[in-house]
Amino acid sequence: MDIKDLVTRAEQLAETSGQSLSTISRKILNDGKGLTRLKDGGQVTLKTYENAMGALKKLEAEADVNASLNLTHLQRLEAEAIHIMREVAAECENPVMLYSVGKDSSVMLHLAEKAFYPSRPPFPLMHVDTMWKFSEMITFRNRRAKEVGMDLIVHINPEGKADNVGPFSHGSAVHTDIMKTQGLKQALDKHRFDAAFGGARRDEEKSRAKERIFSFRNENHRWDAKNQRPELWNIYNTRVQKGQSMRVFPLSNWTELDIWQYIYKEKIQIPSLYLSKKRPVVERDGVLILVDDDRLPLNPGETPMEKMVRFRTLGCYPLTGAVESEATTLPEVIQEMLLTTTSERQGRVIDSDAGASMEQKKAEGYF
Amino acid sequence: MSHLDSLIAEDIIAYLDAQENKSFLRFITCGSVDDGKSTLIGRLLYDSKLIYEDQLAAIEKDSKKSGTQGDKVDLALLVDGLAAEREQGITIDVAYRFFSTDKRKFIVADTPGHEQYTRNMATGASTADAAILLIDCRHGVQVQTRRHAFIASLLGIKHVVCAINKMDLVDFDQKVFNDIEYDFRDFAKDLGFNDITCIPMSALDGDNVTRASERANWYRGPHLLKYLEDVDVDSADLERPFRLPVQWVNRPNLDFRGFSGTIASGIINVGDEVMVVPSGKRSKVKSIVTYDGELDRAREDMAITLTLKDEIDISRGDIICRTDSPCEQADQFQAHILWMTEKELFPGRQYLIKTANKTVPASITNIKYRVDVNDLSETAVKTLGLNEIGVCTINTGAPIAFDPYQDNRKTGNFIIIDRASNETVGVGMLDFALRRAKNVHWQDLDVSKQIRAAQKNQKPVMLWFTGLSGSGKSTIANLVEKRLLDLGRHTYTLDGDNVRHGLNNDLGFTKADRIENIRRIAEVGKLMVDAGLITLTSFISPYSAERLMARELQDDGEFIEIYVNTPLEVAEQRDVKGLYAKARAGLIKNFTGIDSEYQEPENPEITINTVHMSADEAAEQIVAYLTENGYLEGTS
Repeated sequence: MDIKDLVTRAEQLAETSGQSLSTISRKILNDGKGLTRLKDGGQVTLKTYENAMGALKKLEAEADVNASLNLTHLQRLEAEAIHIMREVAAECENPVMLYSVGKDSSVMLHLAEKAFYPSRPPFPLMHVDTMWKFSEMITFRNRRAKEVGMDLIVHINPEGKADNVGPFSHGSAVHTDIMKTQGLKQALDKHRFDAAFGGARRDEEKSRAKERIFSFRNENHRWDAKNQRPELWNIYNTRVQKGQSMRVFPLSNWTELDIWQYIYKEKIQIPSLYLSKKRPVVERDGVLILVDDDRLPLNPGETPMEKMVRFRTLGCYPLTGAVESEATTLPEVIQEMLLTTTSERQGRVIDSDAGASMEQKKAEGYF
Repeated sequence: MSHLDSLIAEDIIAYLDAQENKSFLRFITCGSVDDGKSTLIGRLLYDSKLIYEDQLAAIEKDSKKSGTQGDKVDLALLVDGLAAEREQGITIDVAYRFFSTDKRKFIVADTPGHEQYTRNMATGASTADAAILLIDCRHGVQVQTRRHAFIASLLGIKHVVCAINKMDLVDFDQKVFNDIEYDFRDFAKDLGFNDITCIPMSALDGDNVTRASERANWYRGPHLLKYLEDVDVDSADLERPFRLPVQWVNRPNLDFRGFSGTIASGIINVGDEVMVVPSGKRSKVKSIVTYDGELDRAREDMAITLTLKDEIDISRGDIICRTDSPCEQADQFQAHILWMTEKELFPGRQYLIKTANKTVPASITNIKYRVDVNDLSETAVKTLGLNEIGVCTINTGAPIAFDPYQDNRKTGNFIIIDRASNETVGVGMLDFALRRAKNVHWQDLDVSKQIRAAQKNQKPVMLWFTGLSGSGKSTIANLVEKRLLDLGRHTYTLDGDNVRHGLNNDLGFTKADRIENIRRIAEVGKLMVDAGLITLTSFISPYSAERLMARELQDDGEFIEIYVNTPLEVAEQRDVKGLYAKARAGLIKNFTGIDSEYQEPENPEITINTVHMSADEAAEQIVAYLTENGYLEGTS
């Protein structure tokens, strides 16, 4: 009878398996304080000792197996997103993945490849183009769709295009509404999609925190925050009424850090706009705007400056502020993000009005 | 975000690697209105330094405008996201929050306290491993506290913290704390929690949230964050039987046939013998396929694709098990049901239930009792209303593979969907099968429906007349039957009044009784159709769900819905039986059209407009329809 050995091994097990010593004590001695007593010189009968040793050996074997099968936080999030995507593929008639070319979309696309492997994802990608996206986004989008082998639908609001709607001529609010919000509604109606994947996360913004993973829109694409379906376990009610459609958010439970970490770990391609380099910018109302093409009207006396900048979100280039940064690699970007003191959406011109702005935009049909 | 971890600045790669090894906990917070949930979560985020400067500035601004804490920053504003609830000062929907410490990552479901949003609490609880119940120490254990504790236990949460809050308002009086702890433990002793931890707290000031409280120096236990970091949720008990609910059949080409899904429990190895439930077919695992390469083994919570050695028929809705411990299958169950909508649950009505991977028609055949959440006592009831919990028996249209919920949270659960609105109206947890499905066989008779009908030179069909009282249903049905008799066909009419005098004389006119009335008629009608008869039924049948149920009982093409469309004013003016006058006078309750609704058919096969058409013309139209569609020809 080697009580010392028993205690040492139990302590090692506690360390490696993350269980507390009292839990192990309860499991092998049927007494949460038993091991502590033995450690302090307590005694047991031979029979109790043998039973405890047997139970401990079993726990050790279990712990070995479990250690080799541990799931990290990211692996759990990945599995959850895959489950959601498969559920849509199995239950919806005509799903689509909204692809905005940003980092969240890149993660979503990568997860779609994983979810259906060795099949290709059984739905197309769709990008609502406002004609004012960074030019690199368009090149990147076309290349990625080709590489993955998915159909790519690009929708531009034809009326907006005919009227030459743009952020400078019409203002950012009108431009965003016509080219983005109305454009999205048109595209979904045109193709009669019953489910559309989006890359939104609950940590992005307060009203998103309350949105379901399967989120319903009425025939006018409006979201009714107070009348959402209960969503329990991982069972999703995918049945839509005539005219209703669903937005599905497989990344709901990811945080910004999770996204970056996953991109880093999985080596996911993202547009180089996220990494810092010398780019021509002008400063307006304290926001750095990239001179992406010759449509940017320069004010009198304004000349573009070359600055080391990167972007925290990607959208229409005149509406997306750059941040000055020396981060030229992904880990450096993550480092800056963790050390920064302002939230992600601050770079977006669209959000900076009233507090409930995003909720209102969603009610109107913005994704 | 000024995260404490100094590695971020020194060695970001090492920091990222360290992040990978953090464990993970999902928990919920719940409690009554004004117990301080949002403040508590705001405090956790604030003290874990997860608030950005711009967010904090915005909150400080809002605190001055609408805060309830005077000069202090109102942390509840951080989490009360929706504009409506900021105005009303209550949290109306479940919100998910994310934070992490050096040991763990957390997802918090902040769930509403107000009684009408109890369903949202169940939503948060369904994915949580631990629950924090907030109790205002000035009020003690309340009805909502009991309700929430019960729901947490019902949904399988094993670890509970009682956060006895606002202790600053009673000067951290130990007796107040002890009394509440005693009350709660006494109530919760039968709820099956593994552990209950009570913590005296002030979320507003931060006592015992992320640091030990000096003011509660008599308290020796952990502060909340320490508890959350250390609680052993044991969620990955990999010893449990292997279950893979098949979600999607993966067929990229003719050479590959895989079964994709998320493992609900246990471990699977290449070479393991498996059995498919409900079919009972067996094979062995050939490979475990993922995008990142094939695996030798896979565990609970992994989303994988299995291929098998033999070509056996498997589809979505099946569960792949290991042969050593397969799950059960049945079509009759006892279950706990939580009702989540204002329209009451009606026994007998057809709903859809969706399990982990299968959707089947089902009806609640009986409500054994309702559970009173105050004292867990049992009351006999006929229906369940919003937020009520009952123990019920369920009949499913097809056998489903399952485990009891207390054995497996992922294969013993289901949601209930209303067939007309498609809303999620309830959720359930399976207790056990009432009898195994395989014990029930339909008697396969040699003389079939087709043979009986052919003998009568007709096709059997149910003509379902629906419409308001006094619309002319029975008159028209009688005329149709006479004409068919003249044509030498075999018929029978089930009439509302006649059936109520005999078969259904135990039923009244409440909604529940009306549904049962229609169910019995639909079943009797089915037998008559089986006998080869052209069966006419003439009932108001006001609810589309029951008409849909009657329709689905019959085989394809054997149900014709005839909407006798008479506007209420016209029917009331006719008032052949004088019933409208009585209903208007309040002498008859639940009268369709007066104080009980009529749901118009959306796609009836035949619509009769009795304002523009006589009863004879209507009968003619129906007989013409039967002739044109071949119902009056035999199947030789």
